[in-house]
Amino acid sequence: MLQIIQPSQAGTVESNDILIILTPVSADNGIHVELTSPVLKKYGRQIKNVIQEVLLEQGIEAIHVSANDRGALDCTIRARMMTAIDRAKGEEELG
Amino acid sequence: MKLRRTMMFVPGNNPGMLINAGIYGADTIIFDLEDSVALSEKDAARHLVYNAMKSITYSCEVAVRINHISTPFGYKDLETILAVKPDLIRLPKAETAADIEEIDEIITAAEIKHGFLPGSIKMMAAIETAKGIRNAYSIATASPRMVALAIGGEDYLADIQTSRTKDGKEFFAGRGQLILAAREAGIHAIDTVFGDVNNEEDFIAETTRIKEMGFDGKSVVNPRQIKIVHEIYTPSEKEIDHAQRVIAAYEESLTRKSGVVSLNGKMIDIPVVKRAQRTLAYANAVGKYEGGETL
Repeated sequence: MLQIIQPSQAGTVESNDILIILTPVSADNGIHVELTSPVLKKYGRQIKNVIQEVLLEQGIEAIHVSANDRGALDCTIRARMMTAIDRAKGEEELG
Repeated sequence: MKLRRTMMFVPGNNPGMLINAGIYGADTIIFDLEDSVALSEKDAARHLVYNAMKSITYSCEVAVRINHISTPFGYKDLETILAVKPDLIRLPKAETAADIEEIDEIITAAEIKHGFLPGSIKMMAAIETAKGIRNAYSIATASPRMVALAIGGEDYLADIQTSRTKDGKEFFAGRGQLILAAREAGIHAIDTVFGDVNNEEDFIAETTRIKEMGFDGKSVVNPRQIKIVHEIYTPSEKEIDHAQRVIAAYEESLTRKSGVVSLNGKMIDIPVVKRAQRTLAYANAVGKYEGGETL
């Protein structure tokens, strides 16, 4: 299990993008995804699934994810999640 | 015949542009991790290009412009992007053969690691300094992966201490040396971008000029420029007709075993025949002519 140590964000609120904000929570709080999207009714479940898939792949079991979707495809959601997670681990390249 | 008339830059951190990049008809799209990406977003662009390439099938050649390996980003770019097998890696600011040799070794290791066909990932180099121009031939021949040299405009002009003019005098020496190096090495020569996308008249003039110099294509920054470049590079009906006549006259002379070939009173020698063959192969490649040899 990977412990997220610092808040982070990735992405934008431009069209076709998604803004991901990660906030660390204590281990017993689990994963919580808060999603805003113009296509919430139709694709909300799918977007949340992609977010949770990436978290699982990275071994993250406790996190609060705020996602502001602007019509991002799955590949964009995955990319923004990967970036946000790297940054939350303190792995961004230029501090 | 492999065409690289247009190589379109696509900013690597823009999801909308990455997703739609393949629909405009460019011969090559270049996902850019370098100049169009802010320093604070290098990681984000790398992840975005990786995931786009993993999930979207592009119908054209896909290149990725990495950051130079002397920056903190270049090696990470290669590690991430090579896993999704780009057709081409474009190195910016190439100055020596050693730059190319080092990346060649990294690509070779990645091909083994990911089980890709050895040598299937190609390379091109953008030359953006006087030193790079002086070393152009050794850069072009530093790896069998090399398929093209490009001249990078603004950095080159800054390095040789001049600026853009309407008739392109400032690029005369650089373009001239680059085309000679590329031709001697047997690879493509690609011209720099023309950034003033609303100035169609000067764009047409510049593209016509570089085609006449021998360049195989041009880097573009806007989809609107693609059609213009392709039109300029398409052989005219008159050129195709003339090429066919040259070939016919040549073949007839071979049948007759006649030593001298002429068409409409003009002598035809082997270079003229080769040029005609190239015109027909090119016309074939752009779909304007059926037949001709594939070069």
